Amino acid sequence: MSEFSVSKAVAWIKAASAALEKEETRLSDLDAAIGDGDHGANMRRGFVAVVKKLDAAESADLGALYKTVGMTLLSTVGGASGPLYGGFFLELGKRSMGRPAWDAAAMVDALKGGLADIQKRGKAELGDKTMVDALSPALDAMAGAGGDLAAATKAAAAAARDAATKTAPLLARKGRASYLGERSIGHEDPGANSLALLLETLSTTCEA
Amino acid sequence: MKKLINSPEDVVREALEGMELAHPNHLRVSYEPFYIVRKDAPVKGKVALVSGGGSGHEPMHGGFVGMGMLSAACPGHVFTSPTPDQMFEAGKVVSGGAGILQIVKNYTGDVMNFELAAEMLKEEGIAVETVMTDDDVAVEDSLYTAGRRGVGLTILMEKILGAAAEKGMPLKDIKALGDKIRKSGRSMGMALTACTVPHAGKPSFELAENEMEVGIGIHGEPGRRRVPMAPADQITEMLMEPVLTDLPFNKGDTIILFVNGMGGTPLIELYIVYRKAAAIAEKHGLKIARCLVGSYITSLEMAGASVTALRVDDQMLQLWDAPVNTPALRWGV
Repeated sequence: MSEFSVSKAVAWIKAASAALEKEETRLSDLDAAIGDGDHGANMRRGFVAVVKKLDAAESADLGALYKTVGMTLLSTVGGASGPLYGGFFLELGKRSMGRPAWDAAAMVDALKGGLADIQKRGKAELGDKTMVDALSPALDAMAGAGGDLAAATKAAAAAARDAATKTAPLLARKGRASYLGERSIGHEDPGANSLALLLETLSTTCEA
Repeated sequence: MKKLINSPEDVVREALEGMELAHPNHLRVSYEPFYIVRKDAPVKGKVALVSGGGSGHEPMHGGFVGMGMLSAACPGHVFTSPTPDQMFEAGKVVSGGAGILQIVKNYTGDVMNFELAAEMLKEEGIAVETVMTDDDVAVEDSLYTAGRRGVGLTILMEKILGAAAEKGMPLKDIKALGDKIRKSGRSMGMALTACTVPHAGKPSFELAENEMEVGIGIHGEPGRRRVPMAPADQITEMLMEPVLTDLPFNKGDTIILFVNGMGGTPLIELYIVYRKAAAIAEKHGLKIARCLVGSYITSLEMAGASVTALRVDDQMLQLWDAPVNTPALRWGV
């Protein structure tokens, strides 16, 4: 597969919504250990609202579609995840304005823009035990995997999942988990896990 | 889970409906998006104070909307910060032409959502300033954390700045006064029990009968350390000593002393805490000019308490004494 169209993007967001719903309890449990236990519920609520919006109106291009996703997440998720995931998709939108589809290079460029936005807003660096820890190595894997979207997204998903697991021994330096100091060690970061779910569903959408 | 609710999804909306019915002389409520504004908003020519945060801390913030305190409060879901569209819409409704001051507790989500709202309001041509509270001494303030949490000081700041706005103080002066209050107050809290977020359905942590958590925030999160249960006087010392030595408060300082309940602790116990807290303050040579005792910034049904000390000058005291007429704080009217 070499092109990721608007209909593929809609399928991705719907698959992500279904996966977040399925994993809601796990995400909230991870959050309860080092945060306040609502990450699963907040992400599900946001993506349910996004799917409703996407069903109500067709998007002209990828830019418009991701803008809708971003704005909806911004006004429905709340917490830190709202601005972070909302800003991420708004940036994907900005970098995809007028594009009917992504090729591998455009996908990597857009996602890298999304990562930069998350880092700008959240001021997180690699190793702070945040979603950046899953997204950053995933994009390196994607960029190094060539032009086939199925192969590139598969590599990204595997790297994100692996990195999310490896957030467990890290000391949290951002967000509510950082208040726990040493007690944050031993738990996987919930944001890195939801990010891994997003990339896993991107991969399954590209394979389908 | 055993709660006086109908369904977890409807908790915030139904509580707002109840508030609107109970306090028609103080406030109006919007449901799309959620916000509470004082009944007479916008007040022409005066700075509007906008605050907000996750629900579950009642009476904060909605209970402090009214004359002499907040112009608007934006409630998020339980323990989840509100979204930018709430502060944006509420800001437009309460803006009286003299600008908006946002009071934000230092939590990553709150800070980011209020930042976005401020950007949106400025694009509408409304002047916006923001003051933060980060008074919780239990969190180490370092480059490697999100910084200290905003807790009990928020109530004292909202009261004093609300009075300043009511008197017609300009935006830049209110902002400066807010920054001064931020630097002059410290807090610390503890929990005897956890609390249960309605949509989570189970307690956020488990505490044995003989244990307590010291250094908690206000979101049902565990504290800095778990220690054996102790008598009230010892617990009060564990809270007061770090608070008084952190700022530090100096001999001869005049303070407002605030003993706050976390939601599930009765007033009779809070007075036992206040009794000891006042004695400790006096032992340190502090003069308690005013006090506040009660449950004002809570974590649902969590049992526990926090103490806040704020070093004040004559101006702050005058503003503290100025009339306030809100559902949860009312005097001089």
